[in-house]
Amino acid sequence: MAAARKLLPCWAVSMRAVSTAAFPQRVKVVEVGPRDGLQNEKTVVPTPVKIRLIDMLSETGLPVIEATSFVSPRWVPQMADHAEVMQGINKLPGVSYPVLTPNLKGFQAAVAAGAKEVSIFGAASELFTKKNINCSIEESLERFSEVMNAARAASIPVRGYVSCVLGCPYEGKISAAKVAEVSKKMYSMGCYEISLGDTIGIGTPGSMKEMLAAVMKEVPVGALAVHCHDTYGQALANILVALQMGVSVVDASVAGLGGCPYAQGASGNVATEDLVYMLNGLGIHTGVDLQKLMDTGTFICNALNRRTNSKVSQAACRL
Amino acid sequence: MGTVPSALKHCLSDQHLLKEQLWIGEPTAPPHPGQESQASGLPEYVKIVEVGPRDGLQNEKVIVPTDIKIELINRLSKTGLPAIEVTSFVSSKWVPQMADHKEVMRGIERHPGVQYPVLTPNLKGFHSAIAAGATEVSVFGAASESFSKMNINCSIEESIEKFEEVAKSARNMNIPVRGYVSCALGCPYEGDITPAKVAEVSKRLYSMGCYEISLGDTIGVGTPGSMKRMLEAVMKEIPLSALAVHCHDTYGQALANILTAIQMGVAVVDSSVAGLGGCPYAKGATGNVATEDVIYMLNGLGINTGVNLYTVMEAGNFICTALNKKTNSKVAQASFNTGTIK
Repeated sequence: MAAARKLLPCWAVSMRAVSTAAFPQRVKVVEVGPRDGLQNEKTVVPTPVKIRLIDMLSETGLPVIEATSFVSPRWVPQMADHAEVMQGINKLPGVSYPVLTPNLKGFQAAVAAGAKEVSIFGAASELFTKKNINCSIEESLERFSEVMNAARAASIPVRGYVSCVLGCPYEGKISAAKVAEVSKKMYSMGCYEISLGDTIGIGTPGSMKEMLAAVMKEVPVGALAVHCHDTYGQALANILVALQMGVSVVDASVAGLGGCPYAQGASGNVATEDLVYMLNGLGIHTGVDLQKLMDTGTFICNALNRRTNSKVSQAACRL
Repeated sequence: MGTVPSALKHCLSDQHLLKEQLWIGEPTAPPHPGQESQASGLPEYVKIVEVGPRDGLQNEKVIVPTDIKIELINRLSKTGLPAIEVTSFVSSKWVPQMADHKEVMRGIERHPGVQYPVLTPNLKGFHSAIAAGATEVSVFGAASESFSKMNINCSIEESIEKFEEVAKSARNMNIPVRGYVSCALGCPYEGDITPAKVAEVSKRLYSMGCYEISLGDTIGVGTPGSMKRMLEAVMKEIPLSALAVHCHDTYGQALANILTAIQMGVAVVDSSVAGLGGCPYAKGATGNVATEDVIYMLNGLGINTGVNLYTVMEAGNFICTALNKKTNSKVAQASFNTGTIK
């Protein structure tokens, strides 16, 4: 089915943007669709489609595209083709292509496949860590330190994620102090950036503000990112508050790929298109071409035979 | 239950967390008097104006039977919502979905402390509304000439003259009038709308006696940037306490825009249960912001609304079942899918 190309109505493109002093002038958008997005989609995507997706994303101006995950295919079959994807993509100069590496073995495989940046995933919840990777937070950090040592030796930057920063599907409330503690540990270990993830999307501008205030006492705001899920429709409002507090790195997923594994049928990642639309309206520079991004979203949704989760994309489809 | 991921089966804590958020609306850091709380600068209370039965149902494809409308409004009356826009006294030739306006007005339960405004585009509609028992009315202006022409076939100035007739009669009868300004952040025909124009039209409506002006982002194109600029201009002409925002979520910006408005002191927000009402200007796209999602956000900010989110979700579930459609509320989708709401 050849879908009609979705075009932003001219009034949406020409809306005068207003720069306000309270916001950062530039925001780095970290695109997690090919990894976090596809990993949480029901349909497993063939390797050539993944490569095409990443290549199209590279053309949009996105500065960072999380390409894949070097996890055992036994646990994450959707990412089984990690080496092929890494070797198959067209790496544009100036664009980073981080990959997930949960342990030393994954790190070594990633580097062998040409990775130049890696990510590690911690959590602010003991129960979540136990259920997810079958160890305690402390034990997970010990595993990561092996990765950190190897990465330092190879001059490979490492990005740290902290999951469940605004709530946990098992523990419920998560204290801001705990998030700050885990973030500080990962930053001290050598992660250049800490991405704070509202894994179940349960946060609101109130809890986001409280959590960031605690974390910012331990980690410089320039090293912080937010990774908001839109499961309760709060993502853009939460991101807005984070921006107001000085955060200037935001994770998002093209077409809002990636449902929430904890609420069947509910949405997960915030859509990159909707984020960029908001940032454009705030006069914040991202370097991203929204129309090309929407075209990429159309491509992957056709390949997945699913509707986009991006409202900007839905609105632009006028018959 | 079929194949449920093992994670989902253990999500009891998620349900408890949600139930806390749904029932109590507890702030994460309760404000203490004299101590700066995370809610500092935000209103303590926000009035939610529920527009689902009118704006919502008017823009749904399916025409809803009168008894279902009445049942919906009665359920909404029990949620704590302080204002519920009931129907529209417009000619059924133009808006067939609201043809049963008299029956609905007469059929609903009227709860003390709850307002039940109705739309009245002209004097004829106003008289009809009063005869049917209405005790509050609304008039709809626009900040765009083209939109005014296409929508009600007259200029902004001509429409204001009609509203002045309504306002005058309403004043004589002590009937409060709410004024809406459409296209406050953009127009489907003209594109950009200047904040000055929005301020000018708002001022006309306020001066004629509207007690509140609801500023509508009719096509949902606004962002926190344009919302801020527009409100700054309008706030020069109209007291903050008389302002409301009516945001559409067509581009996913509604909650961020509402947050911006609240940060600027606006304390009245329009929304629609289950996000009823698509956008007539972008086929298949969403329209009204969902009341459930707004309340969830306000609860998380420690802002009091007086509304029980749980019962709103139940009302939303009722009308979506009747319309045979999925809810547009993400809070409702997530809550039903975690088993928090059966």
